[in-house]
Amino acid sequence: MDPLTWTGSLGSILVPLIVITAAVFLTGLILQLIMGVFAAEVKLQTNADGTLQGRGGLLGRLEKYTGQLFVLLVMLCAAFIVLSWVMPYGDAGILGEISKRFLPVWIALIATFGLSITFKRKLGLYGKLFDSTIGMIGFGLVMFWVFTAIFVGLFDMIATHDPLSQISGIKNKVPGFVVPDAEAEGLYPHYLLGGDNLARDIFSRMVEGSVIVMVIAPLATVFAFMVGITLGLPAGFYGGKLDTTLSFLANLILAFPVILLFYLLVTPEIVATGLPNFLAAFLFIFPLVFFGVLINSRYKTQSRKNILYLAIVLIPLAWLYLSTISAKGSPLYIWPNALDGFDIPGGILVVFVSVVFVNSPTVFRIVRGLTLDIKTRDYVAAAQTRGEGTWYIMLWEILPNARGPLIVDFCLRIGYTTILLGTLGFFGLGLPPESPDWGSTINEGRKLLLIYAHPALPPAIALLSMVLGLNLLADGLREESLKD
Amino acid sequence: MENDTYDGPILEIDKLSISFFTRLREIPAVMDFSAKIMPGEALGIVGESGCGKSTVALGVMQDLGVNGRIVGGSIKFKGQDLNKMTQEELRDIRGSKIAMIYQEPMASLNPAMRIGKQLMEVPMIHEGVSEKEAYDRALEVVTDVKLPDPKRMLDSFPHQLSGGQQQRIVIAMALMSKPSLLILDEPTTALDVTVEAAVVELVKDLGKKYGTSMLFISHNLGLVLETCDRICVMYSGEAVERGSIEDVFDKMQHPYTQALFRSIPLPGADKNARPLIAIPGNFPLPHERPPGCNFGPRCDYFEEGRCDQGYIPMAHADEDHETRCLKFQEIDWNAPISVGAQTEKPEPGRVVLKMDNLKKYYEVAASALFGGKNKKVVKANETLSFEARESETLAIVGESGCGKSTFAKVLMGLETATDGQILLDNKNIESTPIEARDTQTIADVQMVFQNPFDTLNPSMTVGRQIIRALEIFQIGNNDDDRRNRMLELLDLVKLPRAFADRMPRQLSGGQKQRVGIARAFAGDARIVVADEPVSALDVSVQAAVTDLLMEIQREHKTTLLFISHDLSIVRYLADRVMVMYLGHVVELGTTEQVFAPPYHPYTEALLSAVPIADTSIKKKHIVLDGDIPSAMNPPSGCPFQTRCRWKDKAGASLCESQVPPVRVLADGHQVKCHLSDADLAAMEPVIETPIAAE
Amino acid sequence: MGLFILRRLGVMILTALCLTFIVFWLTNLYPNLEKLAKTQGNFRMSDEQVETFLGNRGYTQSLPVKYGQWVGILPGYVIDGTDGETRAKCEAGRTPTEDTPTFCGILQGEWGQSTVFRDEVSTIVGTRLGLTGKLMFWVMMVMVPGALIIGVLAGMREGSRTDRSLSTVSIVSTATPEYVSGVILIAVFATPLFGMQIFKGTATSAMDDANFNNFFLPVITIALYGMGYIARMTRASMTEVMTAQYIRTARLKGVSFPNIVLKHALRNALIAPFTVIMLQFPWLLNGVVIVETLFNYKGFGWTLVQAASNNDIDLLLGVSVVSVFVVLVTQLISDIGYVFLNPRIRIS
Repeated sequence: MDPLTWTGSLGSILVPLIVITAAVFLTGLILQLIMGVFAAEVKLQTNADGTLQGRGGLLGRLEKYTGQLFVLLVMLCAAFIVLSWVMPYGDAGILGEISKRFLPVWIALIATFGLSITFKRKLGLYGKLFDSTIGMIGFGLVMFWVFTAIFVGLFDMIATHDPLSQISGIKNKVPGFVVPDAEAEGLYPHYLLGGDNLARDIFSRMVEGSVIVMVIAPLATVFAFMVGITLGLPAGFYGGKLDTTLSFLANLILAFPVILLFYLLVTPEIVATGLPNFLAAFLFIFPLVFFGVLINSRYKTQSRKNILYLAIVLIPLAWLYLSTISAKGSPLYIWPNALDGFDIPGGILVVFVSVVFVNSPTVFRIVRGLTLDIKTRDYVAAAQTRGEGTWYIMLWEILPNARGPLIVDFCLRIGYTTILLGTLGFFGLGLPPESPDWGSTINEGRKLLLIYAHPALPPAIALLSMVLGLNLLADGLREESLKD
Repeated sequence: MENDTYDGPILEIDKLSISFFTRLREIPAVMDFSAKIMPGEALGIVGESGCGKSTVALGVMQDLGVNGRIVGGSIKFKGQDLNKMTQEELRDIRGSKIAMIYQEPMASLNPAMRIGKQLMEVPMIHEGVSEKEAYDRALEVVTDVKLPDPKRMLDSFPHQLSGGQQQRIVIAMALMSKPSLLILDEPTTALDVTVEAAVVELVKDLGKKYGTSMLFISHNLGLVLETCDRICVMYSGEAVERGSIEDVFDKMQHPYTQALFRSIPLPGADKNARPLIAIPGNFPLPHERPPGCNFGPRCDYFEEGRCDQGYIPMAHADEDHETRCLKFQEIDWNAPISVGAQTEKPEPGRVVLKMDNLKKYYEVAASALFGGKNKKVVKANETLSFEARESETLAIVGESGCGKSTFAKVLMGLETATDGQILLDNKNIESTPIEARDTQTIADVQMVFQNPFDTLNPSMTVGRQIIRALEIFQIGNNDDDRRNRMLELLDLVKLPRAFADRMPRQLSGGQKQRVGIARAFAGDARIVVADEPVSALDVSVQAAVTDLLMEIQREHKTTLLFISHDLSIVRYLADRVMVMYLGHVVELGTTEQVFAPPYHPYTEALLSAVPIADTSIKKKHIVLDGDIPSAMNPPSGCPFQTRCRWKDKAGASLCESQVPPVRVLADGHQVKCHLSDADLAAMEPVIETPIAAE
Repeated sequence: MGLFILRRLGVMILTALCLTFIVFWLTNLYPNLEKLAKTQGNFRMSDEQVETFLGNRGYTQSLPVKYGQWVGILPGYVIDGTDGETRAKCEAGRTPTEDTPTFCGILQGEWGQSTVFRDEVSTIVGTRLGLTGKLMFWVMMVMVPGALIIGVLAGMREGSRTDRSLSTVSIVSTATPEYVSGVILIAVFATPLFGMQIFKGTATSAMDDANFNNFFLPVITIALYGMGYIARMTRASMTEVMTAQYIRTARLKGVSFPNIVLKHALRNALIAPFTVIMLQFPWLLNGVVIVETLFNYKGFGWTLVQAASNNDIDLLLGVSVVSVFVVLVTQLISDIGYVFLNPRIRIS
């Protein structure tokens, strides 16, 4: 077996084409940007034949050409990906093989986009997302990693090697390096993105890392939202002393430098005191409170329905809650082991808790601000004049109408949480050092960065693309929700 | 290029069409619109919201935003086509030859720039004058718009001025370069009635003084009558009738104009004897316009196969009077109005609600931001006393800050009273907050809100919202019961049952307001507080919603507390009227008593300020000085003494030092004023109706 | 106005007390103290030995007492140790003498001793802060003007191509945390991997002699992340201002487009970003820690990492006090600045 080159035989035609197109496109874009600043406003009129007048002149033509170049660029990249599928092993180079490994993800992506675009008029805000290029790119990036995490985590596809196994002789080796005795041991013949300083496959570690991020980041964000909403609504609605106290506490946490907090909270010593368990017991109670109040305020007038729904929702939640916070050896061992569904390792729990803790005050402030705005509406007054309880007003009259900005912030916040997780990994806090999550792998890679740059780059780019996707998605959602 | 001896029309719009382009479609906003304004002339454009009247104004300014395009026709200003001008040429004209005044004065002024600088900018850009000269000019114009202490005004920031003062500054800014054409887009909508009257007066005077032509855009026919020489009525993007004020008001030639006049409460209309006639149906959305005549589906004279075919041109009804109706020669315009169902005036029943010396004071920190201990007491309601009977309509009239909303809050239990009592069926409720009231009391006293776009929860279906009210009032035994009851309520407010599953955004303003009414009557309310329920609706819808309210009231024997600032509608529907000013009840009596002398001086001014769309009515002209004082800082003595024109007669020192006592003038008619009986008796009626109502 | 500042100061001091107390509590949790005892004494100490070791050095006093001593409102401990030695807090753990002061806390200017660097905490914090100050100065010089220009250009014509391109650039930059951009920048510009080895990958030499070659990468790494955020805020604020009625008034007054932007829009549009820039400081501190670690620039952030990972309690407390103080002062400046920039609030 030969080592793989980056692009294999596709390199000779497609790659130069892509590079040239990209270069011309970028130059055009920059030129257009510079000219755009000084250009006059467009005169808004129609031509004699009824068509709309476009922007004429050099700039107008430039805008047209860059648009076409962008389409060409996308098509060339697509061609590269599709071509690599049908080529025999090795011919398409490293990039081609990676694209081949991601085949299930591509199929899932194509299916998602095809279905969504077909039915976009019936899908509300989600459908409208497919009217905005930015939103579509963002959604694509996010779904790419979501699907990757699903296929890696549930079906064990995509990854070429075990993320923890070390193969001697490929320590710090460059991408495309041949795995010795691969055929004999039934291993994948190359380290596609090279090996790290413990001779583990970087590509496999990168895709495995997506699973960890995809589980913790959204979940932690959900919890932060539960806490922020449950406290932010009454703070904004009642105002007064309650608001002053809660806002003071929120500002207190916000004034705390995040890194310092992490360094103080996420250490083995703190885990030993059981503090994270107490914090978890406090923070994780919020979903129970939230759903309990949500249902109770709505069905208060019909007691039979009320009890039924409360039972359906609260019993499983309570079980989950007790299983989460109670663990053997922790000071909160309050739930018999027989009923305990699962234990969460202390390291993960403390990471989770501190991320929720850091995010909640910001959510609190957003929810509080939205509540202050919405509570002046007449429909809130109407609910008050018919004697609704305050929690009904907060949860059923105010919250649903604050959903637009909250959804946008939710996307942004998942991205921010991903960054925070990476920061923790970067300082080697919380997660075990061999964990393949992106932050930890960047941390490992950066130590030898000036000598071997390749191990740190793939997780860095993966994290970047994922957060970028979430930001673009949020931007697209914001734009589309503001239209009409 | 400049031609000072030009004597043709100042503005000539010919077959103008404007469209807005969205992702989905082209939305025509204005179609085939023509108009002409001669020097010194004022043209009024009247129509309901969404008819394209503001778009015309922006089209003239060539400022249609990113999505707007002029798709046909021409706009000539002094003979030059504005469509063909470059941005530079347009910039020269804007502000110097054509100036514009808009709806919200606060928003039109730069909050971070001193007023003087904003004014001086205009001549400095267009005439290149020195700063000194520009300052002198600004001072002169600010004096012209009758603002007190012009030097200080120029040195202040916009937020330091009241709404009325800000609008005067905007007018001053428009006049800085002595433009030939002034465009006013609903310039007084955000202002209180008495302030509006003063601003309108000012605009008229200045227009004459500077010889400026005006394009006046408004939804208020009365206002156009007072300010304009010619009028153009628009409906759904088209001009439907055009002519001199007299021609259009007295010899209308289009069914829409006729319907419009019949749906507004003019003096003489009466809810029992001569009810208003609402225009049936809804205003068509721009992309759902019918073929042929846009007004066809709502028109009484509609003829199938004729009115719904193709393009309908403007036709000359008379010299200088045009109409866009195919049948205008066939219609008998003088036919008597087929009077709608006349009803018996119901006898008011027993007293259900009694207020006795109700007081509501708030404590407010003197400065919101910097805190501090010195709190101020705001007297939102001062000794309110009245009774309301079953099936009676009591109107509460007043401008902003008069305390009418606070009163509603106290009655509903959202606030508790500071002193005095509220008796509901002889039960005290003044200090029971809404949480402590029993379900029956809550269901008995309900409210209809002002803003139709705010009154319904946007993320819940219409049916769900009504059912929720039923649930909370504990009506119906199960979900099916309540659903049936909800459908009945939709029937009651004359909405199709299919609306139960609609979201509020799919409904028009009038329909939303009907849902709001249905919700208020869900628990068979006996007292309904209607807080300006129709003021945010279009004229043609107002009548329908008002009638609905009256009808339900008759059937349910409801006591209606109708809060409004619009005296026309109050005169039409109220049995008794209570006039409030700065927390005080200044006059209380039956509708006849309040609308005839002797008046309280404030009532007199209010009556005079309300524009009336009837050429035959003569009004006495009373313009109040200044603005309504802030409730935070009320004047000493009589609350109205700072603006009262009768102050000298009663004795200025008396008015300034003592709150006048409540005086009973006739049975059930009381006034809070120091004027002597003789002076009161000498008052003349403000409104003279030459022909008594038939 | 004076009252307003006083009240803000009061809240600020309360916040500072709360935050330092939390840090104090967390660093003084027993497992942390145990670790401290073992690193300072020896690793094979039994539990009882740890107990006496800590007791002799005043660590087993109750938390509020210890906190009071640290702040300097309670007299420093003087303990006759079980090992026969008398130790006083105010004599840095040695036997007290005649001139040993009674109070020795933060208020008296006694920040304690660093166990890792074997030096006065105040001197360490002072020098390190100076180095970070140099870094921050250049970050601000790059970040603020860059962000404001991008934001204003993007926001002045909402929806135009310029807007869309610049907005995308700022989104990309906010999506790139320092540890990602730092790694990528070093890989591209400081290693031979892409053939563009222009800059140095470490900034250790920049501590004494900062130049373009060794200081550009760390500065741009911090600046990039914050730049996007401020640019987006500026853009949002600018687009909002540009759709305001008074901009239309100005346009229809005949003011030219450049003048509309410069004279009418800019001042109103910069009110919001100003507060954002000030509130960026806690975030920037994050970036500083990451970048100083990544580029081995031994400034304040690097010290924080050293103190925290070695459980150097006094140093960590000192670092916390400084960072909390910086954050709170910037918040105060932001509040006051907002009031000054906004005439609507200033005069009312």
